[in-house]
Amino acid sequence: MSALSCNKLTKTFTQGSQTIKGLDDVSIAIAEGSFVCLSGPSGSGKTTLLNAMGGLDTPDSGEILVGDMRVDQMNKSDLADMRLHNIGFVFQSYNLIPVLTAQENIEFVMQIQGIPADQRSAKSREILAEVGLADHEGRRPAQLSGGQQQRVAVARAIVSNPTLVLADEPTANLDSVTATQLMDLFAELNQSRGITFVIATHDARVMEYCRRLIKMEDGKIISDQEQPGRGANV
Amino acid sequence: MADKHSPSAGILATLAWRNLWRNYRRTLIMLTAIVVGVWAMILFSAMMRGMLDEMVQAGLRVLPGEVQVHHPDYQDDPSVVNSMSAPKGKLLQVLNTPPVTAWTTRLKVPGMISSERDNRGVLLLGVDPAGEIALGFDPGDIVQGRFLESADDKGIVIGRKLAERLETRLGKRVVIMSQNPYNDVADRGVRIVGIYRARLQATEELFVYTSRALLQKMLEVEDEISEVAITADNYEHVDAWWRDIDAAAGPDLDTQPWTVLDAYLGSMYEIQGTMNVIIMVIIFIALSFGLVNTLVMAVFERVREIGLMMALGMRPQWIMYQVLLESLMLLSLGLVIGNALATATVLPLESGIDISVVGDGLEMYGMGATLYPTLALEDMLMSTLIVLVLGLLASLIPAWRASRYNPVEALTKT
Repeated sequence: MSALSCNKLTKTFTQGSQTIKGLDDVSIAIAEGSFVCLSGPSGSGKTTLLNAMGGLDTPDSGEILVGDMRVDQMNKSDLADMRLHNIGFVFQSYNLIPVLTAQENIEFVMQIQGIPADQRSAKSREILAEVGLADHEGRRPAQLSGGQQQRVAVARAIVSNPTLVLADEPTANLDSVTATQLMDLFAELNQSRGITFVIATHDARVMEYCRRLIKMEDGKIISDQEQPGRGANV
Repeated sequence: MADKHSPSAGILATLAWRNLWRNYRRTLIMLTAIVVGVWAMILFSAMMRGMLDEMVQAGLRVLPGEVQVHHPDYQDDPSVVNSMSAPKGKLLQVLNTPPVTAWTTRLKVPGMISSERDNRGVLLLGVDPAGEIALGFDPGDIVQGRFLESADDKGIVIGRKLAERLETRLGKRVVIMSQNPYNDVADRGVRIVGIYRARLQATEELFVYTSRALLQKMLEVEDEISEVAITADNYEHVDAWWRDIDAAAGPDLDTQPWTVLDAYLGSMYEIQGTMNVIIMVIIFIALSFGLVNTLVMAVFERVREIGLMMALGMRPQWIMYQVLLESLMLLSLGLVIGNALATATVLPLESGIDISVVGDGLEMYGMGATLYPTLALEDMLMSTLIVLVLGLLASLIPAWRASRYNPVEALTKT
């Protein structure tokens, strides 16, 4: 079964008098438990596609299905609910809420889901340990390194057991060692929990981890191929 | 989809409180403005309330009685022909029942007073001295001599200013004169046994006290009186009981509360609440510009964070609630401190502020030389209500703006 599928997506942007095609008739299906990379140069449409998949942005036309839910037909509140319960996000930067501690950032999603405090606390501690930050629960983002911040973001993305994690350039601000550690963590979570990962990147090291590499250019998919990667083999 | 859930209120409160103190200088400046605004609202209301209370008390002290009963034509023609019998029957029964605490009868007619040097038009008051004192006349206001001692005292008591005008003094004889029911001039020579002071010079010049029996005898009206003056020791709640007196007095008598008897004071009293609300609203509207600016800046600085929260699944309305909660916390903090500061300022002033420097100017409004600010719970509640309602209304603009962001645009904002 597909975790996600897009059918004939188009999206245009206007820059002054110029119209740019962000997505040009893009169709794609991603199976549950996949480890997929979207790659391409800046402006190729990978982030636009990722945002459309996650319901952060609406396409001009086309269909998006997350599981069996029609994302492209949802209103703002339903989109928020869909993201809350089904998708985990990891962004390039500004991933955490500065006034909350690491543990509170992880619990944030569970709090807006209305999960009781004792369950939240137990689960957030467990997940902090899983991403190797067991002793950092009381630290605020400013007191964490870039890599640690991304780990907290990953912990928050998976804490409510989403079917899908969308990551936009997650390693862009990390040094190579930290980037490798983060990708190892993604691969491990993909294998151990079966979470579907879709990662937009132009970092070659990240692409090495993917089982499926989709290349984009000018809003179009120019290649879509399986490859030996370190993610789960679906 | 429609999976209905609501976020833990705790996370909204935590975010609102911590965000409030991210830029603590800006928050402290806004907090100070709210505190000063609330303090000013309550202080102003306390001064206004004290001023009005002074005016009403002074007005009632002139001729005490929150309710008066007259002959139906007395207000149009306050002469002796429009007098009435002393209370009896049902009216007497009501007058001797709570909430009435005291009552008395007066014979009150326009007349003249002449000394050997001058004469003046005055209002002759034939009173029962004990009844007047029970009703609120302060014997301490007698600055020379004594007040009347009995209902058939043979002397008169005049005001300090009147004595000055007549160029007379304590112990001198004067002649009082009026018209009896038969349209004949009635007069009598009487000795000044006391001189009183009043808060207003006009009062000292106008009212001349004689015993009721003396004036009745002079005017040949036996036991007739002009008015029954009644008090329950609380002018503010007169509406709760004056109609009982009216019903007992019956249709042949005219019963009126002080708000009607002194239309100027009555209307001042009526509009006081509205005036206070208008002033409070004006003060807060000035404040609200600062509040909106503070929240707009706070939201503008957190656009990416708001985008992140939306991306994580926070509904737009929850973003709005969070900003409103932030505003509510700031307003509540300002209200608590503002109310406390106002209480600490007004309570010590309740014993009186000397305003004799401007006393002469204020006398025309019936005020004395001391202002007694009055802290009222209803003023504090009203200012609290105005600040909260208007503050939250003003905060709707930045809160609504925050909730309208598109997550993608917000996340990429620099």
